[in-house]
Amino acid sequence: MSRRRVSLRQELPLLVWLVFVWGALWQNFTPGNLLFGAVLAVLVARMFYLPPVELSGRFSILQAIPFALQFLVKVAAASFQVFYLAVARGPKVTNAVVAVPLRSHSDLMVTATGHVISLIPGSLVVEVDRSTSTLYIHALNVRNPDDVVKFRRSVREAEAGLIRIMGTEEELAALKQEVDA
Amino acid sequence: MTPDTTLDTVIDAVSAVFMVVGAAMSLGAAIGLLRFPDLMSRMHAATKPQVLGLFLLLAAVGLQLRTWWVWPVLLLAWIFQLLTVPVSAHMVGRAGYRTKHLHRELLSTDELEAVVQKAAAKDTAASDAEDDDDSA
Repeated sequence: MSRRRVSLRQELPLLVWLVFVWGALWQNFTPGNLLFGAVLAVLVARMFYLPPVELSGRFSILQAIPFALQFLVKVAAASFQVFYLAVARGPKVTNAVVAVPLRSHSDLMVTATGHVISLIPGSLVVEVDRSTSTLYIHALNVRNPDDVVKFRRSVREAEAGLIRIMGTEEELAALKQEVDA
Repeated sequence: MTPDTTLDTVIDAVSAVFMVVGAAMSLGAAIGLLRFPDLMSRMHAATKPQVLGLFLLLAAVGLQLRTWWVWPVLLLAWIFQLLTVPVSAHMVGRAGYRTKHLHRELLSTDELEAVVQKAAAKDTAASDAEDDDDSA
């Protein structure tokens, strides 16, 4: 049991999520049921030794809501775009595999960025280089170097949004410096 | 018309639009599977429009059932979809790239290829060095 202890404060968002899953599955949000769910959540988190998820301990809801709305708009727009490409371009579509170096080196941030990018239609993560935190992304309809630059910028913007929501203080400071420069 | 039935009509209309657009997203996925040329671009069509399609269909279900307790379940279903879709897309895409199930002539750039070849060259160099050690 060499697992490093994660403080309760850091673990709390994950426990709250587990209790929510429990309540939603029973469709019962009475205090008794939630309390039992909380006991189970703590037991599960203590007994199963998965690698700990290291949250940064910072979460800005003010940044999260506009980011989520923007994400939904992007997903909707890109869904229709993929639909259009399937119908209009079909077999003649041109793609690219683009390397995008990320700022953050935390596993959680690289995973979150990969998820957000994969969920927006038209791009999927082919390979991850963890040592340099570079994502290799297959993108639909990237025809020339200009498109590549544009695409890379959009991925880095998604990462910037995530850092503003839940990055560590250091990542946030580095991002501010970059924006100011 | 009483205000109650007006509200009902609006909710019905909104959920009807959601259902039709959501179903159209599934149609888009099917068309993409047929029309796109290689595994990677088919992955885009097969997995992605569903994120929006499922969202719209679940929202329509929620609007029609009109009880608050279905919303947490629907939200849960959608979040699990959000968590699993990129993973499956990544696994298939990665396997497809490694087994060369993609049409290179359709790529405008491939910034991964050089990295892969460098790593492969390093691997062969390392195993060659081992062979030399064996013979010495």
